[in-house]
Formats: sequence, structure tokens, C-alpha cells
Amino acid sequence: MGVKPLADLRELHRQLLELDDQLVTCMRCGMCQAVCPIYAETGREALVARGKIALLEHLGHDLLKDVDGVKDRLETCLLCGACAANCPSGVKVLDIFIKARAVLNTFKGLSPIRKLIFRAMLVHPDRFNALVSLGSKVQGLFVKPVSEVLGSSCARISVGALGDRHFPVLAKRSLHAEVARLDTPAGAAGIRVAFFPGCLVDKIFPRVGQAVLKVLKHHGVGVFLPDHQACCGIPALSAGDLNSFNDLLDKNLACFGGGNFDYLVTPCATCTATISKLWPVFADSAATERRAAVTTLAAKALDINVLLTDILKIRPDGVSQNGKRKVTVHDPCHLKRSFGIAAQPRMVARLNPEVELVEMQDADVCCGCGGSFTLLHYDIAGRIGARKRDHIVATGADTVATGCPACMLQITDMLSQAGDQVAVRHPVELYAETLG
Amino acid sequence: MLNPSLIEQFKHIAGPANVMDGEADRHCYSYDAAVLTAVVPALVARPETTEALGKVVRLCGDNGLPLTVRGAGTNLSGGTIPDPRDGIVVLTSALNRIIEINEADLYAVVEPGVITAKLATEVATRGLFYPPDPGSQSVSTLGGNVAENAGGLRGLKYGVTKNYVMGVTFFDTTGERIVTGARTVKCVTGLNLSSLMVGSEGTLGVFSEIILKLVPPPAAQKAMMVLFDDTAKASQAVAAIIAAKIVPCTLEFLDNFTIRAVEDYAKAGLPVEARALLLIEVDGHPAQVADEAARVEAICKQIGATGVQVARSAAERDKVWAARRAALSALARLRPTTVLEDATVPRSKIPDMIRAVEQIAAKHKLLIGTFGHAGDGNLHPTILTDRRDEKEYARAEAAVGEIFEVALSLGGTLSGEHGIGLAKSKWLEKETSRGTILYSRRLKKALDPKNILNPGKVLGWE
Ligand SMILES: Cc1cc2nc3c(=O)[nH]c(=O)nc-3n(C[C@H](O)[C@H](O)[C@H](O)COP(=O)(O)OP(=O)(O)OC[C@H]3O[C@@H](n4cnc5c(N)ncnc54)[C@H](O)[C@@H]3O)c2cc1C
Ligand code: SF4
Ligand code: SF4
Ligand code: SF4
Repeated sequence: MGVKPLADLRELHRQLLELDDQLVTCMRCGMCQAVCPIYAETGREALVARGKIALLEHLGHDLLKDVDGVKDRLETCLLCGACAANCPSGVKVLDIFIKARAVLNTFKGLSPIRKLIFRAMLVHPDRFNALVSLGSKVQGLFVKPVSEVLGSSCARISVGALGDRHFPVLAKRSLHAEVARLDTPAGAAGIRVAFFPGCLVDKIFPRVGQAVLKVLKHHGVGVFLPDHQACCGIPALSAGDLNSFNDLLDKNLACFGGGNFDYLVTPCATCTATISKLWPVFADSAATERRAAVTTLAAKALDINVLLTDILKIRPDGVSQNGKRKVTVHDPCHLKRSFGIAAQPRMVARLNPEVELVEMQDADVCCGCGGSFTLLHYDIAGRIGARKRDHIVATGADTVATGCPACMLQITDMLSQAGDQVAVRHPVELYAETLG
Repeated sequence: MLNPSLIEQFKHIAGPANVMDGEADRHCYSYDAAVLTAVVPALVARPETTEALGKVVRLCGDNGLPLTVRGAGTNLSGGTIPDPRDGIVVLTSALNRIIEINEADLYAVVEPGVITAKLATEVATRGLFYPPDPGSQSVSTLGGNVAENAGGLRGLKYGVTKNYVMGVTFFDTTGERIVTGARTVKCVTGLNLSSLMVGSEGTLGVFSEIILKLVPPPAAQKAMMVLFDDTAKASQAVAAIIAAKIVPCTLEFLDNFTIRAVEDYAKAGLPVEARALLLIEVDGHPAQVADEAARVEAICKQIGATGVQVARSAAERDKVWAARRAALSALARLRPTTVLEDATVPRSKIPDMIRAVEQIAAKHKLLIGTFGHAGDGNLHPTILTDRRDEKEYARAEAAVGEIFEVALSLGGTLSGEHGIGLAKSKWLEKETSRGTILYSRRLKKALDPKNILNPGKVLGWE
């Protein structure tokens, strides 16, 4: 890096110290060491929440000069939230990390490739979609930039490692190409939901989106599916690009703001967590109107499994069980750690009479795919993923179900690399199969 | 600054990937769970074998480099804050093998970096029991437990770490391997150097292997929550239970401030007007457990408990304990800085201690919640403050001093389980004597002539 002028550094310190009220709540107890998947893999204090918080504090107080070193440690993180969920002091670890990434990015500048991706593509959903559709036709040629986009959001699609991949990256036709928009009234269920499939379901697992629509239709739930939806913004947030994040938010507000629906339903744990927990924190707070719209949407965000079991009360009580398929469930961080949701996806899977559930060891430990993490830290992510794969295989299950397309992708990759014959499904898919 | 050839030697011994000399990594070993000023080490080494550990110690010894061993860095007394003069931090996190669990002879042999809970779980799967259970057990290391003589909730009946140490193998500053203790229940071979290592806080030797005693687990347990409108009554109940020759495995106490904080945080349905709450668990043979639980209940009622809830199921037992588990979390959230103290008094003096802490809190306008192990008098007055507010923090420090004064005047001790480290060394002479300090320093000087093993900890600076 070039030498930065002093004024910039002062500004960096000042901005980091704005986080001081949050940083100081970390009492250095070290309890986060028990749950951090990266720490388990590396044993390095700089990679556990306590260490990262200490680094930010020391950098903010000018006790430490190595900005690049801090940035690197901060980005070696799955943003899985395990530390925050187990922190005795209630430190808002993810808020701190995301804000700090933004501060450090402003100081260091966004990497050129990311700048291109976020500013030129992601915030223009139509351009993005066109590129993806091209990509799916000629995967070899166009898949690189597309992968970089998706990869930097959730999936582990490493540009360098495409050759290792054992499954098609992009669906032949994305969900929005199949179902551009929907606007149906509430039926028997008496409610109407807005459907936010999220990028990964739209472009990689459209079958999950189709399963959701089938289930909603079956139960007489009205659906509002606007076109021109944008990404939920987590890739931009985790890369510390608040500008792109707010652009994306504007696009989504234009699609959903003021809409007439009871819940904003997603089949993607990561989207649900981003919308309900991160939108309100990171939305530019200038305009009160915008703020109100964001808060309203955030409050309506709901995981599809929860909609089915808790709102529509569709539960497996009384569903027969013929034990034809052994299914094990992986708990996505963004369901279990962010919301404490674990029972609901299992209930939804059990709505299928063929399904017999078997628990794996450490079902709620991250699969190793956290945002751009997998792109930047392929080796650690791979080791964490391999452990998940071993736990899945050890159950003898023929199917693993999980409520997050990012986890589905990571797990699919891990299983297929090892040559395992285990299917990867969203719980809703298992239920949808039973509806004619 | 360390000279580059020394850094190379560390890399040669531990492997290049296991030596951290970059600024960012070093900053992450500059603190522990004590509220103290961070000190950044010159280098951090993470040996993967005990052989490499010995060589690292010897390299430090030969070059007079001050060395601080670090397990999980969860101690609350500054025991792992390195020396400001080119301090070296030696990590045990890669020395994490359970070498042997012997079911016939009831012992385990472990490397020092094994996580406490990992051993406990492993042992439990073989139908055995390792009782010491510090609140940090999901992360703390057994090396750290031995070096701090860690206690836990079960201390009253099962004792603390020292009661389970059968042998310690350690390195002296020349890298010589010292083998003490044995795998046998009885052993009088040589000086009792294992016991010298227990609670030595890294100042006398660097452990490479520990032999720990295991016991058969209790067959049953029963927990109850008892409420009092007066702290003195809670204390009388504790005394009466023990006088009735019942030794509960846990006997925990929460003061009114803590009860309210827990209720605010966890909404567990605790009565916020209660002045004191006891969590009592008895364990052992099922018949004995049933009998003892009934007698404990009767004793508490007779003394005037305002409520007794006996857990009837595993789920209810879990609920009883949830209140205790939430205590630190509930308190820690109230203010930015949490100073977790450890003053310990004879158990009959608990009401005096609680009263004194309440007065100290009022006098210094501080928030202090007290919870802890009523059965053994080990209380944790927890000061909730903000270290960035100089005036308030000065009052907090004054309060800590006064808490120690009171504990000592009641015949108690500075620390029941958290250790002395840097945080409390200046009070040590007050509890003991000048002679004790001098004797200990002579001992330290004989064993560590260059004073490189965790200098300044426990015994302070000459
Ligand atoms: C939330 C919380 C709850 C706690 N609850 C309890 C409790 O209930 N009871 C209790 O007693 N303590 C408790 N503690 C304090 C702390 O966890 C214990 O002191 C524990 O034993 C420290 O273990 P560690 O691995 O973190 O050791 P460290 O903090 O890493 O080290 C502690 C000391 O041991 C020395 N040491 C470590 N390894 C070696 C070795 N191989 N050879 C020589 N010296 C070594 C270090 O130099 C240092 O002086 C708690 C702490 C926290 C943060
Ligand atoms: S658990 Fe929370 S308070 Fe403790 S060290 Fe980690 S982040 Fe800090
Ligand atoms: S968010 Fe996950 S990976 Fe990141 S520090 Fe916390 S526990 Fe570790
Ligand atoms: S991919 Fe799934 S398990 Fe992995 S970090 Fe994202 S939500 Fe968590």
C-alpha cells in the first residue's frame, strides 16, 4: 500500500472510535473461543471475535499501525454470528464487524474487481440478470464474473477453483425467467405474502422457489412477487460497501415498499437475517420516510419454514411415517444463531411421510460458507466444510435438508467432491414433493 | 525488538507457521479477561509438541527472555499479560491431546492445552467424572486450571483443581524436564513438586503433561431454588444444612441486585423482591438424594424461606440452573465494563460481606451485583462500570480495595479462585506477611534465577 496521508489516518481513527461504545462492551472473557468455527480450525486469537474486537480497539486508539493486517483478520470471518449468540456480554459483534469493514474499506478503497461487481452490476439487477442468463448458456465463458458476483454474496464459487466443481453452477433458467411476477389475492389461508426468493434461489436453485410457490398456492396464500427485485445486500455489506448496499435497498424499497401483504417471506436464511436484522441498522437514516419503510419491511421478514409451521400451523402431528428416506438437517447460522429457529425446518421436512429424521453431530455449526469468506479463504472454508460433510455422511442419511441456499451450495460442493450420494434439499422441497 | 536471528531460532523450533511476530497477531495476545492495560508481546510461539515446548522454554532461558504461557487467556487477574521488555507468549492451544484415560485406575493424562469441558465430556462418555467446573470450562485449558488452581460450582463437595492433580511434568528455565507425582493414589517419591506447581500462575515452571484424578459420577441429583427476604436467613440456612451433615454439591447464592438483573434479562419469573436466592443441588445415591433434598427443604422452610421450588424433572432442573448461568450475562450487559471480583470469606461471614459490599456500592455510587458460591464463602462481587470514565473508574478501583479490606478483616482471602496475577499482587503482603513474600521470592529466585517465568505475577516486583 502507498503511504496514507496523516489526515486520512486521523479520520480512520475517528470513525473507528465511533464504534467505541460497542467495542468497550467486550469484556475479553474469551467465551467466543468455544463456538467460533474459524478459531476451531486455526486456534488463532486474531480470528476469534475477542481478537478482532481488540484489534479494532487498538487501531482506533492508534496503538497499532498495521491497517492491512487488521483488515485481513477482520475479513477472515464467516459473519456466522455464533460468537454474538453466545456472548455473555451481549456484544453486537456482527454490527461491529460490518461497520468496521465499511470504515476500513473507505480508508483502503474497495478492490477494483469488487467495485466493478457491486457498482456496475449488482446494483443494476437487470444487467446482472442478463449476464447470468448468458452465463448459464455458456458457462465456461461467462461464468467467471458471474461467479464472482454470486460468490461474493454467499456461495463458494471460487474463480480459481472452478475446475473442481462437480455440479452446474447456474440453473438453466432462473426463477424470474420462469415466473416474472405474481399478484394473487389471499385465498383459504386468509393471508398474503410478498415473496423474496433472493439471488441464490433465483439463479442457482429456482426449484426451491418453485417449491415455495407450489406450497403457498396449495394452502391458499396470496402471493405478491414483483419483478426487478434486487439482491438483499449482504455481499455489499460484508465487503464494507455501504453505498452499494443503500442502492440495493432503494431498489427493493421500490419493489416492496407500501405493498399490501402480511409477511415478506424468503426461503433463504441469509436473506431473512439480512432484511430483518441488518437493513434497519445499516440503512441511511436521513429520511424518516425511508426509515419507516425499512423498519416495516424488516418487521415483516419471515422464514418460509416459520410461515408454514407457526403462522399457517401446518405441522407433522398425525402425518404417517414410512421411513423410506433418512433425512438429516443442517441448521443454517442465519436461522439458528440469528433467530433461534431450529424446530421449524425439521417439522417442515417431516410433513413428508417418507422422511425419517436423523440428527447429525454439530448440526448447528456453520458449513463454512460465509459471504466472500469462501472466496478469500478457500482452505479454511474447505476444512470447515469437510467436517460438516463427515457429520452428514456419518448419519447414513440419503438426504440433507437445510433452509439456506448458501448452505445448500456449500454442502452440495463438499459432498460431491467427496463423491457421496447424498441429496441436498430445502425442507420446503421435501414438503412440496408430496403435493400433487 | 527481538533480533532477527532469535526469531529464526523460534521458527526453527516451532515451525514458521507457529511463530507470530507481525504486529496485528501480537496485539491479540496482549490482554486476558482481567480489566488491565494491554501489553504487546515481542513474539508469540505455538509449539505443537511438548518437545518443542521444552526447546522454546530453553531458548527463552538461554537468552533471558521473559516468557508467559497462555492457555485460553480467560484468567481474571492479568496472569497472561506479557512482560513489557520483549515478552514472549507461549501458547498451549496446539498441545491439546488427551493422552490416556484409565478407567481401571481412575486417572487421565493430558497435555496442558486440553479444554476443561472436552476432558469432562470425554470422561463422561466412559462413565467417569472430572468434577472441577469453572464457569469458563467450555474454553479454559487444564494447564490454566492447574496454574490458577481453578474452582467452580462443585467446590464445596468435590473440591477444586488441586484435589485432582496427581502429577505434573514441567520444564524449568533450562528446558530440563521435571517429572513429579505418579499414576498411583499414593506417592511419596521425592519432594511434592506437583503441589508446588498448582496455583503457580506460570511463575515456577511450564507444564507439559498433567495427571488428573477421576471419580465415579453420582447416580442422581436433585436441584432446588430457595428464596429469602433476608440475606442473614439465607446464610443461616447454609450453616444449618452443613450442621445437619449434608454437603450439597452446589450451593449458590444470588443477591437482590443480581436477581433483579437476571429477571430483567432472562424473564425467568424470579421474584424481584427476594433479598437472596439459594440454588441448592444434592447428588449421590438416589435414596440418599431424596432424603437429603427433603431435609434441605425442611431446613430452609424452618429458617423462614419465603419460597422453595424443587425441580421435579430434568427440564425443571435446567430451569433452576438457568438463573445461575444467566447471572454474569445479566450483570455484564448493564454497563460497558465488568470487574468480576473474587473475595472469599468463611461462610458464616457471608451476610457481613454482603452488607459491606452494599455499603461500598452506595458510598462510591457504583452498581455492584454479588453472586457466588455460598457453600464455600467464595463470592463474586461484580462491579459494573465504564473504564473510560476516569472518575467513576477510580471509584471502582477504590471499591475493589475496600472489598479486599473487608474480606481480610472477616478472616477471608483476596482470591478464592481467580488468582493473584498482576491485579492483586500489591495486596498479597497484607493478607500474608512480609516474611511470606520474601520466602516466596527466594524460592522463585532459586528456581528461576533470571526471573523469566511470568515475571511480576503473584509476587510483584522487588
Ligand atoms: C466467564 C468466566 C468465568 C470464570 N469462572 C471461573 C470459575 O468459576 N472458577 C475459576 O476458578 N475461574 C474462573 N474463571 C477464571 C479462568 O477461567 C480460570 O482461571 C482458568 O483456570 C484459566 O484457564 P486458561 O486456560 O484461560 O488460562 P490462562 O488465562 O491462559 O492462564 C492462566 C495462568 O496459567 C498459566 N498457565 C497456563 N498454562 C500453563 C502451563 N502449561 N504451564 C504453566 N503455566 C500455565 C498462565 O501463565 C497464567 O498465569 C472464569 C473466567 C471467565 C472469563
Ligand atoms: S464472548 Fe463476547 S465479551 Fe466475551 S470475549 Fe467474546 S465478544 Fe468479548
Ligand atoms: S462471526 Fe463466526 S467466524 Fe466470525 S468471529 Fe464470530 S464466530 Fe467466528
Ligand atoms: S452458508 Fe449457511 S451455514 Fe454457512 S454462513 Fe451462510 S447461513 Fe451460515
